[in-house]
Amino acid sequence: MAETLTVEVMFGGGAELLFNKVKRKEIALPPLKTFLPDSQNQNWTLKELLIWLKDNLLVEREELFLKDDSVRPGILVLINEEDWELHGQLNYELKENDKIMFISTLHGG
Amino acid sequence: MLLSIDEGITGYRDDSLETVKQNRDDYEMPLKILSYKDLYGWTMDEIVAQIGRKNNCTFCGVFRRQALDRGAAMLNVKCIATGHNADDIAETVLMNVLRGDIARLKRCTAITTGSEGTIPRVKPLKYTYEKEIVMYAHYKKLVYFSTECVFAPNAYRGHARALLKDMEKIRPSCIMDIIYSGETMSIKEEVSLPTQRLCIRCNFVSSQEVCKACVLLEGLNKGLPKLGIGKSSKVKKLLDEYNTRQNNLETAVKDLEDCNITDKKTSKTCKNISNGFKQKECNATNCCTNKTERNVEKNNEKLQTVLDKYSLENNSQVKLDEEDSDDSEIKHQDEDDTCSSSCGRLGVGF
Repeated sequence: MAETLTVEVMFGGGAELLFNKVKRKEIALPPLKTFLPDSQNQNWTLKELLIWLKDNLLVEREELFLKDDSVRPGILVLINEEDWELHGQLNYELKENDKIMFISTLHGG
Repeated sequence: MLLSIDEGITGYRDDSLETVKQNRDDYEMPLKILSYKDLYGWTMDEIVAQIGRKNNCTFCGVFRRQALDRGAAMLNVKCIATGHNADDIAETVLMNVLRGDIARLKRCTAITTGSEGTIPRVKPLKYTYEKEIVMYAHYKKLVYFSTECVFAPNAYRGHARALLKDMEKIRPSCIMDIIYSGETMSIKEEVSLPTQRLCIRCNFVSSQEVCKACVLLEGLNKGLPKLGIGKSSKVKKLLDEYNTRQNNLETAVKDLEDCNITDKKTSKTCKNISNGFKQKECNATNCCTNKTERNVEKNNEKLQTVLDKYSLENNSQVKLDEEDSDDSEIKHQDEDDTCSSSCGRLGVGF
């Protein structure tokens, strides 16, 4: 029986503006089957987390955060202060108390 | 020493200036801020109100270039360092290739730029990816400003940036490769390149007789927002049209003063007035007198402050009877109506 999964998400580099100026937030994720019944996976991965964020926390300009299935190119994702590319990017499985940070690198003119 | 330019973009520059001030305090370095308002008499918000949302980057970039030069001259420094990073340079190379701008292409990849009599500029972060810089700032907990310019979404550079980011995802080394290509691209000998000389009006470096900033300013003050944007042959055409209109106005207004004003006549005259440049008083009550008079005064004031400040001759007069003597001297400029790659990223600054 899966319980709720607690993770902390943080936003930086301007990304917080898309999430109502929220810089960090702890979220409790329900069992994956309740959120996405027809998902292939058993556990939460980053891919599903993005969908969850889009539905629950993203308040404006979706196209500035997401593109297709993944984050917009130019947004860095850090998992526990490590680049997500070291952890399989979207396929990384979330663990209890993970800290996921989204930093936007798109600035200036 | 820190030098920052305030273009007068609300919601972007005013916030970033706060960050720069904090940098000044944290690093204990003196800071100088120059504003477009003081230097040119126009803020970017005002400029955009006049010219619309396209081609803003041209004005902003050209003015900033000059503003940086002026600031550096005021501070008496030996060299200016800007924060351009690898992504910026790669975007610029892409843009210049797409527009066929060979002159810029050659200059944009140089790590130091400058010629005789100008203060050299250097881009120490030229080979550093933006991603690295952001990560570094994150781990070192550095304070920096990170919002996109409000006018950026419409800019040409935005498209180049989107393409670059998509490519980076597939093949991260492409950014370095593009910079390398830009550096090593060579031109056939027969192709002519403009030489660098000094602007005859303001004496700053320019590749034409009259520098771009002066041309743009003149366009703004005359209500010819397209002056300086687009093909250079249009510049002359626009100015000629403007002067013919002024001459027509002169005759029309002279008639007005002589005889009674009929509605038909005034509305006809008023149609001839572009952007509120009314030279003499229109007596009709149904005329847009108040608005245009104010505009004329405002523009005249602005022009006067700018000219006074730089002790320029008032040869681009907003008066009826005088021909603009400099028209014939404005020669060809090779600008397209796209964002000039001279925006000088000031977003991520340390």
